[in-house]
Amino acid sequence: MPQQQMTGAEIIIKALVDQGVEVIFGYPGGAVLPIYDALFKQNRIRHILVRQEGGAVHAAEGYARSTGKPGVVLVTSGPGATNAVTGLTDAMMDSIPLVCLTGQVATHLIGNDAFQECDTVGITRPCTKHNYLVKEAGSLARVMHEAFHVATSGRPGPVVVDIPKDIQFAAAPYVAKERVTRKTYQPRVKPESRDVRRAVEMMLKAKRPVFYTGGGVINSGPRASALLTELVRLTGFPITSTLMGLGAYPGSDRQFLGMLGMHGTYEANLAMHGCDLMINVGARFDDRITGRLDAFSPGSRKIHVDVDPSSINKTVHVDLPVIGDAAHVLEEMLALWKAETKRPDQKALDHWWAQIDQWRARKCLSYRQEGKLIKPQYALERLQALTAGRDTYITTEVGQHQMWAAQFLKFEKPNRWMTSGGLGTMGYGMPAAMGVQIAHPDALVIDVAGEASIMMNIQELSTIAQYRLPVKVFILNNQYMGMVRQWQELLHGGRYSESYMDSLPDFVKLAEAFGAVGLRCASPDDVDRTILEMIDTPRPVIVDMCVDPNENCFPMVPGGSAHNEMILGDQGGAKATVSDEGKILV
Amino acid sequence: MALPSKEIRQHTIAVLVDNEAGVLARVIGLFASRGYNIESLTVAAVDEANNLSRITVVTSGPEMVIEQIKAQLGRLVPVHKVSDLTTEGKFLSRELALVKVVGLGEKRVEALRIADIFRARVVDSSTSSFVFEISGSTEKIDAFIALMRELGMVDLSRTGVVAISRGERKL
Ligand SMILES: Cc1cc2nc3c(=O)[nH]c(=O)nc-3n(C[C@H](O)[C@H](O)[C@H](O)COP(=O)(O)OP(=O)(O)OC[C@H]3O[C@@H](n4cnc5c(N)ncnc54)[C@H](O)[C@@H]3O)c2cc1C
Ligand SMILES: Cc1ncc(C[n+]2csc(CCOP(=O)(O)OP(=O)(O)O)c2C)c(N)n1
Ligand SMILES: [Mg+2]
Repeated sequence: MPQQQMTGAEIIIKALVDQGVEVIFGYPGGAVLPIYDALFKQNRIRHILVRQEGGAVHAAEGYARSTGKPGVVLVTSGPGATNAVTGLTDAMMDSIPLVCLTGQVATHLIGNDAFQECDTVGITRPCTKHNYLVKEAGSLARVMHEAFHVATSGRPGPVVVDIPKDIQFAAAPYVAKERVTRKTYQPRVKPESRDVRRAVEMMLKAKRPVFYTGGGVINSGPRASALLTELVRLTGFPITSTLMGLGAYPGSDRQFLGMLGMHGTYEANLAMHGCDLMINVGARFDDRITGRLDAFSPGSRKIHVDVDPSSINKTVHVDLPVIGDAAHVLEEMLALWKAETKRPDQKALDHWWAQIDQWRARKCLSYRQEGKLIKPQYALERLQALTAGRDTYITTEVGQHQMWAAQFLKFEKPNRWMTSGGLGTMGYGMPAAMGVQIAHPDALVIDVAGEASIMMNIQELSTIAQYRLPVKVFILNNQYMGMVRQWQELLHGGRYSESYMDSLPDFVKLAEAFGAVGLRCASPDDVDRTILEMIDTPRPVIVDMCVDPNENCFPMVPGGSAHNEMILGDQGGAKATVSDEGKILV
Repeated sequence: MALPSKEIRQHTIAVLVDNEAGVLARVIGLFASRGYNIESLTVAAVDEANNLSRITVVTSGPEMVIEQIKAQLGRLVPVHKVSDLTTEGKFLSRELALVKVVGLGEKRVEALRIADIFRARVVDSSTSSFVFEISGSTEKIDAFIALMRELGMVDLSRTGVVAISRGERKL
C-alpha cells in the first residue's frame, strides 16, 4: 500500500498524538494558522490558550516538572517566538524537557525580512538543547519524533522546531515514531560498574560523609527518588539537597539537613564544609552552592553522579565521576551496598551526627513572630502546617519568598516543587502553577509569590479564569523587591534604589476583576483563617498576605564567601562585611 | 587523585558531525558563548554517503577547560565523535597558505629562492608578482610568511589546520 499523504499540519498533530501528548500550551498567529486549523479538527489534544507566549512556556515547564513528561508549546513566528525565549532559557538552565513548535514565514521568504520573520533558530540556538528548521515536509515527521527524543533523553532540555508556513500546508507521508532511528545523540545512562564499585568502597571508608543531591534525581524520575531514599536510610548518612532537588528525599526525615547553599541551613552548609566524603547525585556545583570555590569543602573527596559529562569537573574537580542516569547508578549502588558485608565505621558516623546535631541546635531558621506585623516565615510555617498531609504542589516566583518557601515548606515527594532556579525568572510561578493544575486537576496547587514577581505575568489570571483552574496565588507582599532590597542593605549602604514597589494594585480587586477570589490578611491572628479559606475555596484565589517589609532572608552565604562564613539572622545580619571581590558576584 | 594541571596547552581536536545547516554555527557559538578560544577552525564534508563533515579545531587552555570543551562538543546533537588528537597518540597537522608577493629585482629573486627552500610552489606569476602555495605544519608556514613579509608580501590566505592521527587508528 502506498504511504498515505498528509499535510504538514496533520503530520504535526499525529506526531504529537503518537508521542503521547495530551495538552499543549500556545497562542495563535499568522504563521501557525494551518496547525491551529488541524487542532480544530481533532479532539485528541487539548490546547490551552495563554495570554502571552512567555506564559505558555512556563506553563509547559510546570506541566513537565510535575509529571515527568515533556511540556509542549505552540507559538507563532516573530514576536511569538521571541516571547518564548525567556521560558526556553529557563528550561535550559533547569533541565526541563520541552518541545516548542514555532511558526516561520514560508521557506521562499526566509531571509527577506518578511512580515513577522525572525531568525528563530539563530536566536534560540544558545538557549535550547537543540533546534531544527524544517525545510521539507518530507522530514517533518522525523524531526518531530527526534525533537521528543532529544528533549527527554540524557539531560533533558528544551527543543525548538521551527516550521515554515508552506511546510504546514505541503503534503508528505507520515513516518511512525518507531521507524525513526538516530545515529548520534545516544546519551549513556548505564554507568561503568567499576566506577559504582569504587564509589561504594569510598562510602564504606567514609567517616564524615554527606549526600548532596539535586535536580538530576528529579529528572531521573520517581524511581530514582525511591532508590535514593532507600540508600540514604541504609547508609545512615546525612543528606542535603539543592533548591532544584527538593522532594527527592522526604523533607521531614531526620537524616535530611535541609537545603544547602547561599540560603541553605547552617547544618547543611557546615556538613558540606566539614565532610570527608561528598556524594553528589544529580547536582551541578552551582555557584549558589559552592560560594568561594577555593574554600569549597576543602577536606573532602568527591563523587559526582551525573548523566551529562559536561557537568563533571566544570567548576569543581571531583575524585570520582560516575557518568549515568541517577536511577541506574543508585540501583547499582544499592545492590552493592546490600551485598557488601563491610560496614562504615559506626563510631565515626555517630561522632559526625553528634557534630551535625550541634549545628542543628543553632536553629538557623528561627525568627520571632511578635507584634502586629506578619513575618513571612510565619505565614509559610502556617501554610506548611495547614497543608500537611495533603498532596500539595508548590510553585514560586523569584526572590526572598522563594527562598523562604524552600526553607519552610517540606517536600516529601518528588515533582511537587516547581521553581526557577538557574535563571531565576520572576513571573515563572503563576503560569507554572497553571501547567501543574492542568496536569493535576484535583490537586492543591499554590504559587508562593512576591508582589513584584506576580506583576510580571499577571495576565495569566485570565487563562486561569478561562479554564476554571483553582490555582492559589499566595503573595507574600512586603512592598519591596525584597531580595533586591536585602542586597542593597547588605552591600550598598541601605540605598534602596528603585526597589520599592510603588503603586501596587489592590490585589483583592485585581483578583475579582479576573473572576478570582481575593483575600487580604494583615494581622498575624488572621493568617490561619485566611489560609484555610484559600484552601477551601474551589476557585482561583489570590491571597494578599501583608508581611513585614523589612524582613531579610537568612542564613546567607554572601557572594565570595565560604560556607563557614555564613551570616545568621540572629547575629543582626546587616553587619555583614562583604569583600569587594564578593560584591562583583551576582 | 592528582589535581588537573593548570598549565595552558594547545590541543587539536577533530570532530565528526552531520553535514547539515547550522552545525558550524553551533560549534562556533559554543566556543564564543563559553569563552573558549579558537586558534584555528576548519570544516569540510568528508563522507558524502553518510553525510558527514569533519571539523578540526585548535584551541588552548588548562586541562579542565579542554575537558569541558570536549564534553560540550560531545553533547551537541549533530556531533558523532570528538577526538583529542593531542592526547590520543601521535598525529599530523597541516595547513596550506597562498602567499602573494609583489616586487622587482633582488627581492623578487630572493623570494623565489626562499620559496624553493621551503618547497613552496609558484601557482601564479606576473612580471612583478608571485603567488606561492605552501603547505606544512603551522610553524613552517609561520616561518615562511615571516620571511615573505620582508620581501613584499601584500596578501595572504591560509586554510587553517587539518589534522589526522598517525598509524592505523581511525576517527
Ligand atoms: C534567588 C535565588 C537564590 C538561590 N539560592 C539557592 C540556594 O541557596 N541553594 C540552592 O541549592 N540553590 C539556590 N538557587 C538555585 C541555583 O541557582 C541553582 O538553580 C541550583 O542550585 C541548581 O541545582 P542543581 O545543582 O540540583 O542542578 P540542576 O540545575 O537541577 O541540574 C541538574 C544536574 O543533574 C544532571 N542530571 C540531569 N538529569 C539527570 C539524570 N537523569 N541522572 C543524573 N543526573 C542528571 C544534570 O546534568 C545537571 O548536572 C537559587 C536561585 C535563585 C533564583
Ligand atoms: C525577570 C527578572 N527581572 C529581575 C530579576 C532580579 N530580581 C531577583 S529577586 C527580585 C525581586 C523580587 O521581588 P518580589 O517578587 O516582591 O519578591 P521578594 O523578594 O520581595 O519576596 C528581582 C527584581 C529577576 N530575578 N527576574
Ligand atoms: Mg516583595
